[in-house]
Amino acid sequence: MSEMCRRDPRREWIARNRLHPEHASALAALGNIGGGGAASEWLGPSGVLRRNPHGVGFIGPNGVKRIDRSGAQQGGSAPGHGRQAVQQDRRRHVEISDPAFLVAVVPDLTGGRLSGHDKDLLGLARRLADDDPERPGAVLAVVFGEHKEERLGEAGIDRVLHLGAETYAGFAPEARLAALTAVERELAPRHWLLPDSPLGGADLGRRLAQRLGERPVTGVWQIEADVEAPLGWRCTARGAAERLDIRRPLPRVALALAECAEPVDETRHAAEPLSLGAAVPIALSRIEDLGQVAVDPAGVALAEAEFILSAGNGVKDWEGFHHAARVLGATEGASRVAVDDGFMARDRQVGASGTWVTARVYLAVGISGAIQHLQGIQGCDRVVAINLDPGCDMIKRADLAVIGDAAEILAALVAKVEQQRGGQRDAA
Amino acid sequence: MRPEQQGIEMAVLVSVGRHPITGRARRADQDARGLELALCLEGRLPGSRIGLLHAGPRSEESEAALRGYLGMAADAGTGLNTLTLLEQPEGSDAIPALADHLSAAMPQLVITGTRAELGEGSGLLPYALAERLGWPLVNGLAAVEKVENGVATLLQALPRGQRRRLQVRLPAIICVDAAAPAARQSAFGPARRGELEATPGAAELDHELAGWQVAPARKRPKRLKIIRAASARDRFKAAAAKAEGGSGQVLEGVSSEQGAEAIFTLLHEEGVLRS
Repeated sequence: MSEMCRRDPRREWIARNRLHPEHASALAALGNIGGGGAASEWLGPSGVLRRNPHGVGFIGPNGVKRIDRSGAQQGGSAPGHGRQAVQQDRRRHVEISDPAFLVAVVPDLTGGRLSGHDKDLLGLARRLADDDPERPGAVLAVVFGEHKEERLGEAGIDRVLHLGAETYAGFAPEARLAALTAVERELAPRHWLLPDSPLGGADLGRRLAQRLGERPVTGVWQIEADVEAPLGWRCTARGAAERLDIRRPLPRVALALAECAEPVDETRHAAEPLSLGAAVPIALSRIEDLGQVAVDPAGVALAEAEFILSAGNGVKDWEGFHHAARVLGATEGASRVAVDDGFMARDRQVGASGTWVTARVYLAVGISGAIQHLQGIQGCDRVVAINLDPGCDMIKRADLAVIGDAAEILAALVAKVEQQRGGQRDAA
Repeated sequence: MRPEQQGIEMAVLVSVGRHPITGRARRADQDARGLELALCLEGRLPGSRIGLLHAGPRSEESEAALRGYLGMAADAGTGLNTLTLLEQPEGSDAIPALADHLSAAMPQLVITGTRAELGEGSGLLPYALAERLGWPLVNGLAAVEKVENGVATLLQALPRGQRRRLQVRLPAIICVDAAAPAARQSAFGPARRGELEATPGAAELDHELAGWQVAPARKRPKRLKIIRAASARDRFKAAAAKAEGGSGQVLEGVSSEQGAEAIFTLLHEEGVLRS
């Protein structure tokens, strides 16, 4: 008898009337019973599907009954929870325990995270690996150095070989090449895929191909299955300064352009850690990395600056702002108001009528975030806002927002950076 | 200029380029930048010698393009008036010919562009030469700072306008791309007076290249923004959504020190602060 759902018409009436003093408690009580109202469909004792037309739908925010016919929302339960659960379940979890072959990918991991180019490349690797559903291959990612990426599995990686030694940091093509040669000897992947990005995969991939004695394909942007080709695939690659399309059988080593395939979004993979059996032989390096050179941040073009400190109408202490930019080593940007008022040069303007920036970190000081400005910073990874108004649009866009006086916070930040640098110098 | 500095032997590999709009043969942009780098280095290291090297067929058009490089050395004064042309039939592989010539000539520094503007344009040639000769290779070069005691100090161009300093033991191969200083103009008179010294090079036909299908580049399809939504409401929300971070952290009512601390932590995590 306890399974029988008893309705309380009075409580339902209160739940529909949002002006009733007990409205909230009635809503809560109804929500607790049976996950939001009566079941709308069930199988009767004689095997006939029974429907309760009153059980369909939910009470909307205005106290009016709403029916969502898409099937996404049922009952009066909180909409957020239901939808999120559905989204998480939708991605299939895939585990390939006994792969028929390996597809090795060496992502760039610019700034420690998978770039869009890396994700496209992993999508391409999945296409190669999952071609035959009977005998699926596994995607092996060879990751050099420290990384901050937690979602390797969601990008389509089955196995991760993490080589985090000091020798691979910076520009160390010879050490990395030695490691990749060891991977080749031990695991013998069927395909090697690298991003054709300058200073990342483009350099390493060409070195690897020469070491393996393969003639690689560079600038791949399309692949298609072809039974006559030795590896079963045919590719289209750009040649002659982007003027030619070269179609040829896919070789073992391929360097692919961005958007060569769709990134993985329907499956989740295991990303199991893997390690090499034998130690990687230490290569004698003839190239020594002396580290990055301090570049005058004011000389860097705004469109390609990595770290931008941008000023808006809320900045009153301009001396302090310029000083902060110098100390932080940031390139200066400005909103339209600051430029129109003559505080900053026109070529520093960020936004729809200025420069579209692609900084990794964008620190907006006293910018409220007009839509034209927000368009200009669409390409930024992390946005930090300092503003007095907690309701402005920039705060909604920002990953970290601090409400307070811009001049004071900048001064405190400068003091903190200087103090840390002083401490390091003392220690060294 | 210090007297103990000795000149070095440089070889600049040049190719025939193609003008992006008119399609005429010209000096290749990156190779011209490489020659510019060599000429600047020659000015700083007296007694250096530059050898210009090209492997390929000889025709009227390619000769005019190659003379463009000779015209750049008008005021150098050290007798850069010959270009060594390793003559090969059309469709041959340039790598064996160049490798043979370089291993015989033994220059200390080989300067090349990153990619050719004609043919396959895969950018593999410097890597193949480095592997054959066993020399170190540095790509994406912006400047050569100094050459001392058989060690060159170089500046490599990184994305976002950054630079990295490298030391490499000579002999080495360096590749320049668009980050290197722009090439000077080519003067017509010296270009006409310069000589092309043709020697027959190894003629190995590139059979693999001959088997590929080559067509003018097609425009790449634009990627569509795919919204996988279960309901019309989700689709509408996705289409009408404003760009928002969503999960941003807002610090309200904190002292300026605490705010600065939070920002500092984020900047430190992202690694944009350099000490």
